[in-house]
Amino acid sequence: MRRNWDSIWMVAQREFQDQFRDWRIIVPMFIMVALFPFVADNTTLQAINFMNRFGGNLILDRIIPFVILVIGFFPLSFTLIVALESFVGEKERGTIEPLLSSPLNDRHLYLGKLLVGVTTPLLFSYGSIGLYLLLLLRRPVQFPSMYMMVLILLLTFAHAVLMVSAAIVISVQATTIRAANLLASFVVVPVAFLLQGETLLIFWGDEGVLFYAVVGLTILSGLLIRLGLSHFQREYLLGREIDTLNFKSMWRTFLVRLVGNAKSVSEWYRKEIPGTLRQLSQPLWIVVVVALVTIFSSYAWVVVVTPKYVNITPERVQEAQKYIADNLNNLDLLSTKLPAPSLFLSNVRASIVFLLAGLISFGTLGVNLFIVNMALIGGVLGVASLIHFSPFLVFVSAILPHGVFELTAVTIATAAVLKMGAVLVTPQPDKSMGEIFLLSLADWFKVFIGLVVPLLAIAAVIEVYVTPLLIKMAFPHLF
Amino acid sequence: MIESNDLSKQYNNNFWAVDGVTLNVQPGQILALLGQNGAGKTTTVRMLTALLSPTRGWARIGGYDVAKHPQDVRANVGVLTEQHGLYMRMTGEEYLDFFGKIYGLDEKTRKSRSDYLLEYFGLKEAAHRRSGEYSKGMKQKLALARALIHDPAVLLLDEPTSAMDPESAQLVRNEISRLRSSKRTIIICTHNLAEAEALSDQIAIIYRGKILLNGTLEELKRTVLGPVEYEAKFSNPFDAGDLELPPGTVLADRSATSLRFRIDSPRDANPKLVRALTSRNAPLISFQEVPKKLEHVYLKTMADAQGVTYAA
Repeated sequence: MRRNWDSIWMVAQREFQDQFRDWRIIVPMFIMVALFPFVADNTTLQAINFMNRFGGNLILDRIIPFVILVIGFFPLSFTLIVALESFVGEKERGTIEPLLSSPLNDRHLYLGKLLVGVTTPLLFSYGSIGLYLLLLLRRPVQFPSMYMMVLILLLTFAHAVLMVSAAIVISVQATTIRAANLLASFVVVPVAFLLQGETLLIFWGDEGVLFYAVVGLTILSGLLIRLGLSHFQREYLLGREIDTLNFKSMWRTFLVRLVGNAKSVSEWYRKEIPGTLRQLSQPLWIVVVVALVTIFSSYAWVVVVTPKYVNITPERVQEAQKYIADNLNNLDLLSTKLPAPSLFLSNVRASIVFLLAGLISFGTLGVNLFIVNMALIGGVLGVASLIHFSPFLVFVSAILPHGVFELTAVTIATAAVLKMGAVLVTPQPDKSMGEIFLLSLADWFKVFIGLVVPLLAIAAVIEVYVTPLLIKMAFPHLF
Repeated sequence: MIESNDLSKQYNNNFWAVDGVTLNVQPGQILALLGQNGAGKTTTVRMLTALLSPTRGWARIGGYDVAKHPQDVRANVGVLTEQHGLYMRMTGEEYLDFFGKIYGLDEKTRKSRSDYLLEYFGLKEAAHRRSGEYSKGMKQKLALARALIHDPAVLLLDEPTSAMDPESAQLVRNEISRLRSSKRTIIICTHNLAEAEALSDQIAIIYRGKILLNGTLEELKRTVLGPVEYEAKFSNPFDAGDLELPPGTVLADRSATSLRFRIDSPRDANPKLVRALTSRNAPLISFQEVPKKLEHVYLKTMADAQGVTYAA
């Protein structure tokens, strides 16, 4: 442990020394730290005065945490410069090879550089926040609560780790600073959006929601660090000479995995699809368990918690039943209002959204969307129970007939997204990150084309033409 | 000691950068690895340093397998990379101290090794200057000092004297010779054939990842250029006519004032040949071996590999 830390610190120490001797990094940071709090202080004052004239008390409470968050974020933009300089810069200048030829292991190098990438900008960031708070002492304004301050400082820390770990992932892929800077926009743009989202939480949400943002960012940063660790290998760092995109080779890699050894569609279904499903068995189990737990939890939450907030009187139950009965009368029009092809396309689109969300979050957002859908099912059954319908009958007549196909399809698609995320953060010394990504994407497409799309098509037809009939049979008194 | 057998490396695009390299370099020996740019020298060295894992075959450095004990291999090897790889904002002294720490040397050893190497390579006065201010040759010397900081048993040196002035290059060559005397095992990758000829005990020529030739300089000369040639020069035109040649001797070339013989066993044949010439009253002014340089061996080997005619 001691030896590991010594090695990490050795790498970090040299980087710190190098950084503080590079005026291109230090001077702008100092200027930003020294100047920005004054600008922000003045702007805040103007804004508060402006708001006060119109009685904007809500904004008044929230504007200072928002300014603190922004002040903390500006110096953090240097995390990208520091991280890219530290990783790609070393590759480009050829200084990394002597380091890689030494007995230091990959983990020491990675963590040493990560430490520097996070620490210096974060120190400047906290310095800037501190200066702003000092300036704020002169103003007759209300300070944020200690809890809010801690959350903002944690959020700033999470931003730093997120940006550095993402920059390192980029650095492993690029061989020149130029290429890395171009790729860095994939970090800057999402983080800018993230900041806007957090601003919304500060303005209109509450501190509890901000806490979840900290937790979410920390998880994402952890996954990015793991991804960087798994791909920061000597072999890979030295194996790439130039940044080129070989579309032909990429397409071939994707296609070979997608088609496999199959000579016909039937062979593909007989050999390739079962093979891919076998590989998905573990994520499938996880997703199924997550689905069951979510449905039951959501059901229980609705049944137990709702009555505490809503007084469920017999009149209200009757009113709700009448409302449902009125709406169910439109069931006959379902095939014209929502034709099966539209329903099918909508479900396909949802599966693709799961994939896209999973792609930018190592599968986690894809699984989150799946959880939301499962929670809806549990919620619907819970509401059914509250208004004295049999949840079992609702499930068997209104969900299960098409759900057998639809839920199976969505579960498989989610499992494939989860696997993609897991594979990306798992070390595979013989494959590049791009190759791993393409192979997992091909696996996803394999189950998507081979299973998910046909299952969703069947589900759409059943949902439009069969499910309404079964609902009528199960609940004749409503029609 | 460096051993490898069938050492091969295939990159993702199915390109074999190194294909079946077998080497055996004993302590106190220097192997010069020669080849064109992109022939596989750097990939071979990187595999021997445990930076790249072999696709096929094995290699052992100082008894450690590069695939199984990469960290032990790296701890026992001193590497001079193709690019000097110096940190420009560090002084020479700081740089050596940093690498000394990485190799686990205590402070006292770091100081003494660093002082010795800076002194030896004539960098003492520049020790407190940032290496970014060094000349090309000074940078190369500092990089070499880095490779030697932990006094490794095995040295892998890529172009050790490139960019150096003649005095510095001589200094480096002397240090390499001294290291050989102290039983270090050394591989040098170089394009400087004179240097390879002067320093090496073994020479390997690599082409498109394969070792074409491997042996001592004499073995290589004999294999590639054939038996040794001797030339007799005359003060006046001399007609050799039906000169009786000793066994194992062939008349390779002639002009009015010179004869060139290819001789299998000079020790036996030369006295007889000189006697035969003098008995014919040949106006002999000199009889000496025709010098054959490594350069000829290398160029002929490359020409053969590429299927072109070698014009000496």
